[in-house]
Amino acid sequence: MAPKDRNRDGKKKKLHFSKIYSFRCGRGGFKEDHGSIGGPGFSRVVYCNEPADFEAGLRNYPGNYVKSTKYTVASFFPKALFEQFRRVANFYFLVVGTLAFTPLAPYSAVSAIIPLIIVIGASMVKEGIEDWRRQQQDMEVNNRKVKVHHGDGLFQNTEWKNLRVGDIVKVEKDEFFPADLLLLSSSYDDAVCYVETMNLDGETNLKLKQGLEVTSFMNEDVNYKDFKALVKCEDPNANLYTFVGSMEFEEQQHPLSPQQLLLRDSKLRNTDYIYGSVIFTGHDTKVIQNSTDPPSKRSKIEKKMDKIIYFLFGVLFTIAFVGSIYFGIVTKKDLDKGHNRWYLRPDSAKIFFDPKRAPAAATYHFLTALMLYSYLIPISLYVSIEIVKVLQSMFINQDIHMYYEETDKPAHARTSNLNEELGQVDTILSDKTGTLTCNSMEFIKCSVAGTAYGRGVTEVERAMAKRNGSPLMVNGKDVVEDSPKSATKSSIKGYNFDDERIADSNWVNELHADVIQKFCRLLAVCHTAIPEMDEETGKVSYEAESPDEAAFVIAARELGFEFYRRTQTTVSVNELDTSSGKKIEREYKLLNVLEFNSTRKRMSVIVKDEEGKILLLSKGADSVMFGRLGKNGREFEDQTREHVNEYADAGLRTLLLAYRVLSEEEYKIFNEKFLEAKNLVTADREALIDEVTETIEQDLILLGATAVEDKLQPGVPECIDKLAQAGIKLWVLTGDKMETAINIGFACSLLRQGMKQIIITLETPEIIALEKGDDKNAIAKASRQSVIQQITEGKAQVRSSSEAFALIIDGKSLAYALEDDTKNLFLELAISCASVICCRSSPKQKALVTRLVKDGTKKTTLAIGDGANDVGMLQEADIGIGISGVEGMQAVMSSDVAIAQFRFLERLLLVHGHWCYRRISSMICYFFYKNVTFGFTVFLYEAYASFSAQPAYNDWFLTLYNIFFTSLPVIALGVFDQDVSARFCLKFPMLYQEGVQNLLFSWRRIIGWMLNGVCSAVIIFFLCTKALDPQAFNKNGKVAGFAVLGTTMYTCVVWVVNCQMALAVSYFTLIQHIFIWGGIALWYLFLLAYGAITPKYSSTAYKLFIEALAPAPAFWIVTIFVVISALIPYFCYNAIQMRFFPMYHGMIQWIRREGRSDDPEYCNMVRQRSIRPTTVGFTARSMARTNPLDGRKQNHR
Amino acid sequence: MSSGEGSSQSSSKKSRQPKYSRFTQQELPACKPILTPGLVVTTFILVGVIFIPIGLLSLSASERVVEIVDRYDEDCIPSDQEKTAFIQSDKTNKTCVRSLTVPKKMQHPVYIYYQLDNFYQNHRRYVKSRSDKQLRNPENEDLTSPCEPEARVDNKPIVPCGLVAWSLFNDTYGFSVGGMNLSVNKKDIAWDSDKNYKFGSKVYPKNFQQGSLIGGGKLDEKIPLSEQEDLLVWMRTAALPSFRKLYGRIEQDLEANEMITVVIQNNYNAYAFGGKKKLVLSTTTWIGGKNSFLGLGYITIGGLCLFIATTFIVMYLIKPRPYGDPSYLSWNRNPPGN
Repeated sequence: MAPKDRNRDGKKKKLHFSKIYSFRCGRGGFKEDHGSIGGPGFSRVVYCNEPADFEAGLRNYPGNYVKSTKYTVASFFPKALFEQFRRVANFYFLVVGTLAFTPLAPYSAVSAIIPLIIVIGASMVKEGIEDWRRQQQDMEVNNRKVKVHHGDGLFQNTEWKNLRVGDIVKVEKDEFFPADLLLLSSSYDDAVCYVETMNLDGETNLKLKQGLEVTSFMNEDVNYKDFKALVKCEDPNANLYTFVGSMEFEEQQHPLSPQQLLLRDSKLRNTDYIYGSVIFTGHDTKVIQNSTDPPSKRSKIEKKMDKIIYFLFGVLFTIAFVGSIYFGIVTKKDLDKGHNRWYLRPDSAKIFFDPKRAPAAATYHFLTALMLYSYLIPISLYVSIEIVKVLQSMFINQDIHMYYEETDKPAHARTSNLNEELGQVDTILSDKTGTLTCNSMEFIKCSVAGTAYGRGVTEVERAMAKRNGSPLMVNGKDVVEDSPKSATKSSIKGYNFDDERIADSNWVNELHADVIQKFCRLLAVCHTAIPEMDEETGKVSYEAESPDEAAFVIAARELGFEFYRRTQTTVSVNELDTSSGKKIEREYKLLNVLEFNSTRKRMSVIVKDEEGKILLLSKGADSVMFGRLGKNGREFEDQTREHVNEYADAGLRTLLLAYRVLSEEEYKIFNEKFLEAKNLVTADREALIDEVTETIEQDLILLGATAVEDKLQPGVPECIDKLAQAGIKLWVLTGDKMETAINIGFACSLLRQGMKQIIITLETPEIIALEKGDDKNAIAKASRQSVIQQITEGKAQVRSSSEAFALIIDGKSLAYALEDDTKNLFLELAISCASVICCRSSPKQKALVTRLVKDGTKKTTLAIGDGANDVGMLQEADIGIGISGVEGMQAVMSSDVAIAQFRFLERLLLVHGHWCYRRISSMICYFFYKNVTFGFTVFLYEAYASFSAQPAYNDWFLTLYNIFFTSLPVIALGVFDQDVSARFCLKFPMLYQEGVQNLLFSWRRIIGWMLNGVCSAVIIFFLCTKALDPQAFNKNGKVAGFAVLGTTMYTCVVWVVNCQMALAVSYFTLIQHIFIWGGIALWYLFLLAYGAITPKYSSTAYKLFIEALAPAPAFWIVTIFVVISALIPYFCYNAIQMRFFPMYHGMIQWIRREGRSDDPEYCNMVRQRSIRPTTVGFTARSMARTNPLDGRKQNHR
Repeated sequence: MSSGEGSSQSSSKKSRQPKYSRFTQQELPACKPILTPGLVVTTFILVGVIFIPIGLLSLSASERVVEIVDRYDEDCIPSDQEKTAFIQSDKTNKTCVRSLTVPKKMQHPVYIYYQLDNFYQNHRRYVKSRSDKQLRNPENEDLTSPCEPEARVDNKPIVPCGLVAWSLFNDTYGFSVGGMNLSVNKKDIAWDSDKNYKFGSKVYPKNFQQGSLIGGGKLDEKIPLSEQEDLLVWMRTAALPSFRKLYGRIEQDLEANEMITVVIQNNYNAYAFGGKKKLVLSTTTWIGGKNSFLGLGYITIGGLCLFIATTFIVMYLIKPRPYGDPSYLSWNRNPPGN
């Protein structure tokens, strides 16, 4: 019965019908909040229907234009540029670029600026495109049309953006509200209307809003000709569920409440039209006030990358410093005897080379050196990573295996900067309803009059049966053979009941037919759903507050009790007349609705049937209902209790149904008291209402119990099992009650028999006893103590035993466990348990738990959820995954990646996450490698040029290295590389641990790559210089000068760096071939082209290739020699590691290579032996069962 | 947060199912190289097998080169005089006679080089101190800004300006064998691109070496720059502080054990900065001059590869890979608490 997470019980509006409902909230009295109107925070004044009035003009409220773009045309350049240069590396390059215009520069300014322009330009184009897309979306929204009153009772279509505060608008069926409106009247006489707030809070059920009585008559256009009203209300704020204000209409003050406020982005349903006055526009609307920018998240890898960049800066400064010192010493000696380098004219040098001012010269030289060695810092790293990530997310979006046909939704990576983080998830925090389960309830079983009906098999039962039948299969096959969509006869949503004893009116022949009749009738009457008749087919569908509710009404319909009409005071049902065997219409007069809430855990209606009997129909949780049965109502108690327990074991939600006949007298007394309580305005109104209803819901007669299945989404147990095998921990945070949570835990193999459960709860008798009292401090103190004690006991248990433990904690205890001084204790306990389930947790608690895990373990956390109540958690976690299911858009809007089904998480993490992690980390390592290689050849050359900062290469060679000859292959690596194919990623989930333990981006590996770069640079430099100098290098006796040596070295660098890439790539597609060999070819082409243009531009490179290099055999054989020599160290290392110390992906590659991947037993062996004992999931479950045998097997091996 | 729902509904008729293609599904045909023992050993052997012959070829080419190196800076200066003062003086007689023995027959052309050590032609101040525009085009003779302090003399532009030209090497060598003069061909010692494009045929030296401080050699003001090949060679700066530059060619064979008499005009001041001056006579082969480094390098790397290949074979035989034994995976080595 509990719809998901109703922690806002008090605020949620239901299908209120003014007379019968108790109106616990909504209609506020004048006394409480309304006193502050006009005071601070409540200053808004709206002149309804006079938006152009002078006084209204004075207020100057913003228009209804909504802007979600970051930039405007004017602000784009300054703002986007500023964003770019906030990155240290970019800022450094900006400084270098600026300094390049001074005489300090070792190279020409243009060549320093161009890469920066290209890099910054690319990033800005990306920003621009993204913003342009947002702009398009804004345009669409802002230009929607709505009917606005333009005087004289005429309504004209107007764009949303032109709405002003005070406008009267007419919104028609299925339209969105353009702004926050004050509901004046609707097509219904009593000014009610139905609203769907899916965009706001993700709840699919309809909410009822009602305008003030005084304005309800104005439901025609002409009424607005002379309408005037003055609304004073609160200032714009983000609270969706409060609204305080008053309306002065016809010289009378009327209080306003959220009940009259229609929020922007919600939708008018089931109502032909409404009239409303605009109260908040544009950015003042509650929904926009609510939309905080999602915190921008950066992945751990990127944070580490920043550290590496700082490290490289350190290296850069060190070598620049060393060089400057040396330069200073050498320069100082320039005038000394025996060291007088007269050819440099030290006697008339500028400050930069002046021996007399050597310290100053050295200082200036330091700046020059900083510019020269800037090639150590990969300038294009950020932009390349951005490009790569965008492409990676395109692959995620395009994955056909993550497309969900039923809702036509592919996966959608909303932020691309967390791709690699998907490969490092240590803990998943999952919502339950709608995430693990479908959130579509199916009526599957019932127990009536002590007889259990319903032959349907639940997911849990099926799962259990499957495991029992063929325990081997669990390890062997990795395909879900038949999707658990059972081929039941009825394909009616919400109904999976199959029992010939009851179906097709056969119940009449059952022993307790009368009870069955009452049972069904109760299902058809006791609810708050609204029927919707499809005029063409005559079929009735229902809008219900929660899926359970809908399931009951549907069940009643299918059993022959079709609820088809609801009016203010009646409920009409088509039911079978047992005597005549025909369908007859019956009308029940609805007297009262005693609503559900979490303390009552039941709901009842009081109706008068056609015979004039007054009936109290009640349904509720077994824990409260059994106690309320009357002496004569316990006939079936024992059997029912047994059935209820069975159902709970099978993972079903159960409710007991009971009724009671009231006498006229009884009802009268009750109704008086009830009305009295209802009309109270004091704080204890609720308590009083509870008390009154308590008295009437007594002495009930038990009819039976219902069992609804909150179906697990297809593939959830398998997915959880895979994730568990991958070593990912799964915590379930749910708003559901403990029993349900535990049931689902069992259903999806998070819990199993034999797992020790540590349950931390405050539902202990002592605490409950205390809670009856009033001493809040005492309650808190006792509760805290109790929680701490339970946690400590739990820890002791865990320490003393090697079994798997499950921690289950309820919301109340969680509140204490999350307090500052206990939270670490709690976390310690939680991470030593195999599974953790937090039930009854509020959205805030979910977010707090997420933060606790994130900060406490320093590991990557992933939160997954589908509803508005998960938003906090999604934003708090390192990665937020939204399920774009039935629960609306809120979660998706604040998520980083949206998927349609929980089971896609498996592929998202194990395949895409792993790939992206591997790609990005190899890419970054490689990036540093290639720049260190290049930078160090420049540095080594300096040692031979007395550190005068003469670059070894032509200016344009320097410039184009990063953006031309080496950029594309590394992007291809980042986009396409795969260590193992998707199939193997899924087959060997343990591979995922490489990411969790960050093996591919450890400091060891990063430094290793850098050392490899240094090593390559040393080999290239020394082999080139030794081989080419000082003798002639061609047949004509010409010697290799500066240009020839530099260019040969550069050629070697391009070759080595690209071949290194070829060695590092494990997935060689045509694209890689084109990019890698293309990069090298491009270099030669460039050399040709550059040498062909006039020496004005090409200077030292003029005709170099044609004239000097290409005809000289020495050039070619030096290139081959150097390239091969420079690659040997890495090749050896790789060969040894691959063969003798393979990492996990290496082992899988071997398996694939040897063609043993189709040998299930062998794969299994590898998998088993690489798995650390999993503690959850069905694999663990079957392992636990066959444990002794398994141990023996392993000993044999 | 703004309502995008409306738009998504309108487009919902069109399925958003991703289109299948091998590209988007990341299933492109690919070669998945894996370093199998076979591949590793083959690669190393192949490299070894290719490298050693290349090495031998290069080495033999280098060995065929006959090279005479004679350091003369110390011997060509009177030991009793202050070296710098001696070399800077106009009055001293700087002629110096050296005799060299030809070790083996040198086939023509025999290339004559001068070699300078510890001379930083790659110093940034030096490299930048030239005006390429001025060298190319007579109209640009005023473009001397990069050439400071050798840009102007009495406010008249120097052509060619800058430190590089100013410090032109000016030792000269005369060769004779047994009293017979050997003619030195100084044509075509510079790169064609320098002669034809970088140095103008209408650019004549002007105001060169007229300043208070004389650097190196002087130029004939009647010959255009493009034909002053010594300058062209000098101005193509060297990469390292120890370098050779082509001086000329002897277009006749030199027999083994012949005595060559070299008359050196020892003008160039390498003494101030502790540099060395050498005269080099060398023949060439396809690989260039004498340098066994490349050949030996090839042979070494080739040999190393063969050695590595055998090591790998031995390793593969001794320690076959434990198939699918993940016991040393990092997460199995340090089992976490859970």
